[in-house]
Amino acid sequence: MAEMTQDTVTLEQPAVRLRSQRERLWNTFTRNRTAVFGLLLAILIVLMAVFADDWFIAIFQDREPQPLLAPYDPTKQDPRNRLEEPSEVHRMGLDTLGRDVLSRIIYGARVSLMVGILSVALGGVIGTFLGLFAGYTGGKVEGVIMRSVDVLMAFPSLIMGLMVLAVLGPGIPNMIIAIGIMLSPAFVRIVHSSTLGTKENDYVLAARAIGVSQWRMIRIHILPNILGEAIVLASVYTATAIRIEANLSFIGLGVSPPTPAWGTMIRDGTQYLTIAPWISIFPGLAILITVLAFNLLGDGMRDIMDPKSYS
Amino acid sequence: MIRYFIRRVLLAIPILLMVYTLVFVVVRIIPGDPAQAALGDYASQEAVEALRERMGLNDPLPVQYITFLFAMLRGDFGESLISGVSISEQISYVLPYTLQLTAAAVLIGVILGVPLGLFTAMNRNNIIDYIGRIVSLVGLSVPAFYLGILLILVFAVEVDLFPAIGGGDIQEDPLGSLKYLVLPAMTLGLIMTTSVTRLTRSAMLNVLSEDYVRTARSKGLAERVVILKHALRAALLPIVSITGFWVAVLIGDSVLTEVVFSRPGLGKMLVGAINQRDYSALQSIMVIYAAFVVVVNLLTDLTYGFLDPRITR
Repeated sequence: MAEMTQDTVTLEQPAVRLRSQRERLWNTFTRNRTAVFGLLLAILIVLMAVFADDWFIAIFQDREPQPLLAPYDPTKQDPRNRLEEPSEVHRMGLDTLGRDVLSRIIYGARVSLMVGILSVALGGVIGTFLGLFAGYTGGKVEGVIMRSVDVLMAFPSLIMGLMVLAVLGPGIPNMIIAIGIMLSPAFVRIVHSSTLGTKENDYVLAARAIGVSQWRMIRIHILPNILGEAIVLASVYTATAIRIEANLSFIGLGVSPPTPAWGTMIRDGTQYLTIAPWISIFPGLAILITVLAFNLLGDGMRDIMDPKSYS
Repeated sequence: MIRYFIRRVLLAIPILLMVYTLVFVVVRIIPGDPAQAALGDYASQEAVEALRERMGLNDPLPVQYITFLFAMLRGDFGESLISGVSISEQISYVLPYTLQLTAAAVLIGVILGVPLGLFTAMNRNNIIDYIGRIVSLVGLSVPAFYLGILLILVFAVEVDLFPAIGGGDIQEDPLGSLKYLVLPAMTLGLIMTTSVTRLTRSAMLNVLSEDYVRTARSKGLAERVVILKHALRAALLPIVSITGFWVAVLIGDSVLTEVVFSRPGLGKMLVGAINQRDYSALQSIMVIYAAFVVVVNLLTDLTYGFLDPRITR
C-alpha cells in the first residue's frame, strides 16, 4: 500500500472494498465445512431431479422422455412381482404395484424440490412485500398487517396448511400456495423489523430530503438492505417447506397418483411395514437427506449474516 | 406483576376472536354447499334444504357468526354433518389423548434435552459435542411420521415391546394406556429433544462467558454450583421460550403421529373431517387448535414474567 500513489488509491478503493466484502462472505461460508457439505449435497439432489429422465433431449425430438438416471420408468407396473425385496435388478425393491422404488425416489425428488423451492419463493415474496409495506408506511396499515400475522401465527403451521388445502383441494399448485401462505408470516415479521431499522438511517432521510419518489426509495434505498435477511430466511425455510410437503403428501393431500412423491410413497408402504419395509424406509431416507442438506445450507447462510450466532 | 399477567390475558382475547373470525370466513368460502356435501350428490332438494335450515345455514351471516360464537363459548360445537354425533362429545373423547401425547412429548424433550445441552456445552468442541451436534441436526431434519414408522419397525415389529397401533382406553384404564403412549411420545419427544439440546447448548455457551460466571468461579465455588445455580438460571429464559414454541410445533406434528399410530386424537379427527368434508367439525377443531396455541403462548409469557420480573414492568 505504501508504494501506491495518491491517485491509484482513490481510484481503486471502491472496487477493492466490494470484492473483499464478497470474498469475506464466501470465506465465512466455506469455513463452515458442514455448510459446504450441505451445499454439495443439495446440488447433487437437484441434479438428480433434473436428469431423472432425458426431457431436455426429448423435447426437441417430440417424444416421451426416457429414464436417464433412473433405471426404470417410475410408473411402469409389474404386478406379478409386487413387493419384491431389494436385489441386483431392483436395488430398492418393488412397491405395492410392482414399481421400482429407486426410480420413484429419483423422480420423486422433482415434486419435493419444486414444492419446496416454489412455496418458499411465493411465501418469501408475499411476506417480504407485506413486511416492507407495513414497516415503511407504518400507522394503521402496519397495525392491520402485523395483527393479521399474529392471528396466522396462532395456528400450528401444519394445521394452517391443512386448512388452506381443505379450501383449495389437493394437488401440487394448491400445496405450493398452502405452504407459501404458511411460511409468509415469518417473512413479514423479519422484513418488518429490519425495514423499521433501515428506515432510521441518515441516507434514507437524505434521500427523502432531495425528494426521491416512494417507489425509488423502497427499490434503491430500503429493499437492498433487507434482501439479505429475506434470502437467508428463504434458505432456512426451504428445508421446512420440503418437510411440510412430505407431511401433507403423507396425509394424502399431495400429488395424485401415479406421479411419485416421497411422502405418498411412504404412505403407500405403511400397510406393508412388516413384509415390505423398504417401500417406506428408502423414500423416508431421501426426505431425511434432502431436508438435512438444506438445513446445513441454511445454517451456513445464517452464519454469513450473523457471525455471532456461530457456535 | 399482577398487572402484567392481566394485560397478557386480555391481549389473548382479541387474537382468539380474530382466529374465530378467520376460521368462520375460511369455512364459508370452501366451494360447494356443506349440506349438499354432507348428504351426497344424490340427495333430494328438500333434504338438503332441511339440513341447511337445521344447521342454521339459511340465517344471515352475521347471525350465524354470533350464534356459533356463543354456542362455542358454552362448549357446544353442534353436531357432525356426517355421523350426526355431537362434536363436543367427540372432542371431549379425543382431547385427553392429544393432551396426554403432547404433555409426554414435552416432558421427554425437556428431561432429555436440557441435561444433554448442559453436557455438550461443558464438553465444547470435543467428540461428545460433535456427535451431539450431528445427532441434533438429523433430529431437526427427520419428519415426525418417518421417525414414528422407524420406531414401529424397531420396537413393535422386530422386538415386540410396545403396541404400534391404538391409544388404549384413557378413561377406564389410564395406566394401561401408557403402554400405547410410549412410541408416539418418543417420536415427538425425541424430535423436541434435539431442538432443546441445541438451544440449551448455545444459551449456556453465551452465559458461561459472562463476567459473573467468572466471578463465581474465581471465588472458588464448586463447578456444579456455578453451572446449576449461576449459569443455568440465566440460560433458562431462552429455554422456556423455545419450549413454548415447541409445544405449538408439537401440536401440529401430533396430527401426523396420531395418523401413523392410528391413535385417537384431535389430529386424527381433523384429517377425518377434511377427508369427509365435514365442515362443522372442521371449524370447531381449527378453533380449538388455535386456542390451544394461544393458551400455550400465554403460559410461556407468564412463565417468562415469573422467571425474569424485569419484563413485567
